Amino acid sequence: MDRTQLIADLERICGPTNVRSVPSDLLVYEYDGSVDGAVDTERPLAVVLPDSTEQVSAVVKLASHNGIPVVARGAGTGLSGGAVARGGGIIIALTRMERVLRVDPVSRTALVEPGVINLELSQLVAGQGMFFAPDPSSQKACTIGGNVAENSGGPHCLKYGVTTNHILGLEVVLHDGDVVWIDAHGPGAAGLDLVAILVGSEGMLGIATKVLVRLMPSPDSVHVHLAAFGSMDDAAAAVTSIIGAGILPASLEMMDHLTIEAVEPAYHAGYPMDAAAVLLVEVDGTRQEVAETSDRIAALCREVGATSFRSAASPAEQELLWKGRKMALAAMGRLAPNYYLHDTVVPRTKLTETLQSVNDISRDFGLPIANVFHAGDGNLHPLMLFDRRRDGDVEKVLEASHALIHACIEVGGALSGEHGIGSEKRGYMELVFTRDDLVAMAGVKDAFDPRGLLNPEKVLPKGYVCGEVRALHNQAMAQKHGIHPM
Amino acid sequence: MATEASAIEQTVAEAERALRGYSGHDVPDDKLLRDCVHCGMCLPTCPTYRLTGSEASSPRGRLWMMRAVADGRLDLLDDAFDEQMYQCLNCRACEAVCPSGVQYGPLVEAARSQLEQHRPRPAWQRVARRVALRFPFDDVRRMRAMVSGLKLYQRSPLPGLLRKSGILRLLRLETLEAMVPPVREPALISGEESWEPDAATNRAHLFNGCVMSTVFSDVNRAAGRSLAHNGYATNVPARQQCCGALFVHAGMMDEARRLARINIDAFESAGEGKIVVTAAGCGAALKEYDHLLKDDASYRIRAKAFSDRVVDVSELLGTGDLVQPGGDVSLDVTFQEPCHLAHAQRISRQPRTILEAIPGLTLTEMRESSLCCGSAGIYNIIRRDMADGLGDRKAESVRDTGVSTVVTANPGCHMQLRTSLRRNGVEADVIHIAQLLDRAYGGQHAAERGDWAFTRGDAPHQSTGKS
Repeated sequence: MDRTQLIADLERICGPTNVRSVPSDLLVYEYDGSVDGAVDTERPLAVVLPDSTEQVSAVVKLASHNGIPVVARGAGTGLSGGAVARGGGIIIALTRMERVLRVDPVSRTALVEPGVINLELSQLVAGQGMFFAPDPSSQKACTIGGNVAENSGGPHCLKYGVTTNHILGLEVVLHDGDVVWIDAHGPGAAGLDLVAILVGSEGMLGIATKVLVRLMPSPDSVHVHLAAFGSMDDAAAAVTSIIGAGILPASLEMMDHLTIEAVEPAYHAGYPMDAAAVLLVEVDGTRQEVAETSDRIAALCREVGATSFRSAASPAEQELLWKGRKMALAAMGRLAPNYYLHDTVVPRTKLTETLQSVNDISRDFGLPIANVFHAGDGNLHPLMLFDRRRDGDVEKVLEASHALIHACIEVGGALSGEHGIGSEKRGYMELVFTRDDLVAMAGVKDAFDPRGLLNPEKVLPKGYVCGEVRALHNQAMAQKHGIHPM
Repeated sequence: MATEASAIEQTVAEAERALRGYSGHDVPDDKLLRDCVHCGMCLPTCPTYRLTGSEASSPRGRLWMMRAVADGRLDLLDDAFDEQMYQCLNCRACEAVCPSGVQYGPLVEAARSQLEQHRPRPAWQRVARRVALRFPFDDVRRMRAMVSGLKLYQRSPLPGLLRKSGILRLLRLETLEAMVPPVREPALISGEESWEPDAATNRAHLFNGCVMSTVFSDVNRAAGRSLAHNGYATNVPARQQCCGALFVHAGMMDEARRLARINIDAFESAGEGKIVVTAAGCGAALKEYDHLLKDDASYRIRAKAFSDRVVDVSELLGTGDLVQPGGDVSLDVTFQEPCHLAHAQRISRQPRTILEAIPGLTLTEMRESSLCCGSAGIYNIIRRDMADGLGDRKAESVRDTGVSTVVTANPGCHMQLRTSLRRNGVEADVIHIAQLLDRAYGGQHAAERGDWAFTRGDAPHQSTGKS
């Protein structure tokens, strides 16, 4: 199809002011929140900013008819290149679809459009004693649609679960522009749980245009504690002993010395500058339960040698303690011009061992690595600090990344806890998954998107996409059943 | 096909060769540009992004464009670049939330200066732009003359007649006319008034400003009285001029530098003591004189010393040391945070400390209190659509609080709020925080009671009451 005609058609669908097509306008859609160097930038063919399901559907239909890839995009805060259009597709920016359509305080649900900002939903329903539990560090900016695509986590997911545990239904635009409503029928319901397949599918299976979310009742009481330790080992031991004692805090976060060095001067959160590591522990529930649990946590931390244990006295102080954690990633700009963030998950029992490996890699490659992570669920966030303008730094980071990912996988870990695979880590998928696993995933992709037009070149490694899938699948089945294909 | 492709490649290559980058003075600092790691945390704080949902209209998008010009990937004179550099309100909300500490303000100002230097504009436009800004702001005496004219106009039957006749609409002066509040007091002439408490513990020098000393001279006097009430012997140093903020925002750096040097001279001769500002926009500009004059060998260090002395009136008074006001001010208010107070100067707590200290006053926070109201210097005059969109959004937030009064601390916001509230049928007054505090201290009657002496001209300590 002629490009001019395509743009004219897009303008007819979304209105001329909601279509971007000249190179200088497309320039600002060539990136997302990912690290320069880890994810290549790429200019899309066009960008549309629809404001209704009908417009999204019409755009997808047009693209599908012409064999043009489409990529859904929210705030573009993602860290794995998920919102960057590969192969010159059309970006569907959902930032104008930001209406909260319905809040139901009785059943504690909200029906929202995908462009609603995560934190703003929680703020909106706070007055009714509710909140939306997934709270990624980017929650001030990221959108619910993006959370659905990436199955986002956050500090509070230790207790409350990740995004998939909070999505009850989705209105989805399918690969051919058809619009369907998919319900999670509740625990134990019969039928396939399609919502669970859609959430975390990184835009490869469909585009969510309405999201029915579960809201949690705000706890009566919240305590936030800060425990400081003389070594990372002690801090890791405290994590193990808290979880081992059967306590489930709302969140259990660890930050190492390097992170404290970046954060404390920037936000004055009150982290002791001489600590080797700090644990940020939040406990919520009824007043009595919280008081008792807090006492037990304090005792357990002291037992393993905490050098100090402090509880935030006021909501303002709690917020300040959290600010240091929530803003930690980006505060790294104060230590080095660039950072590369990993998101591997390791079994909690392997924390000490893995942190030692991270330390070794840092030393071997001569690369500072800061650790700030969801210790409670073993979701590491090692941040490699570098300067991409210095010769060889980028290569060094990529090599060290390779070593780090290997180290985590060797102890039984996973590639990503919450940031997604996108284009950034698709090359590592074969490290973790067998060929059969990947063929099965590609089969799901194929069922939803037979022509491979939805966010292409993401998640599945090369050779597991589109037309190749069916051939691979047949081949695998044939091998399994001892049939020799022609 | 092959020839077509190579023809396209050739055209692209030629276009790339022809891309104009930065040159001349005020080039956006490359190191500062690269502090941005495009994380996107700034997006929701940006007024233009909130209204459009468009990445190009976001701080991250604009920084990426600035970087693309530096990298030779985008033409300096590309229309999209020009549009975005000027669509930005320079409210600096992005800076306040940036985890990497990107200094957005100086970058966008440098980019504008680049456009001013290199954008070919028709001669008449260049002249018109310069005259429109230079005439009133280059010399405060001209501003004073204009405002005296305005005051006469406001007191005559003319406004009603002109509005009825439709002439204002015809001349597109309707908004401008509606924005300006009634001028209540004569202009405050620098060097001619001061406020001396009986037992002065500190010295303060009031930065008079151009719009503040004329349209809002009542606010400056209220600030002077409030300072005196808190033990500051306060004067208004002679020979000071406009702060130059509007020139900086428009990328007219040389004009801004000229004014900055005059002000530095004026306040150096005034002697030690804080330089107290009643307009958030001026305060932010004055605190950045060190950046503005960083390449001026003879002023660089003096500019730093000057900037270090600058405080907003609420920053200075809104602390635990505030002298408790005795008078009851029974008002329901909300606080609109001027961008250049909350974001550029990071002053957010202190004004609230003042409001909470005023007996009888109830503060109800509005939604998005620190989102730009759309004023942004002269933005609301030159970019009506975006400014009106933001003004409407603000008016709705005020309406939802149900208060009778909106407190702010900047003349631009003051005027924009007035028109936005009126346009949306929200019945609420707008008042400067210094006026409220002054009222709580008893206003000019306190002077007459002899709490402190108001002096004029060369007659120190002589209480004259209201001028």
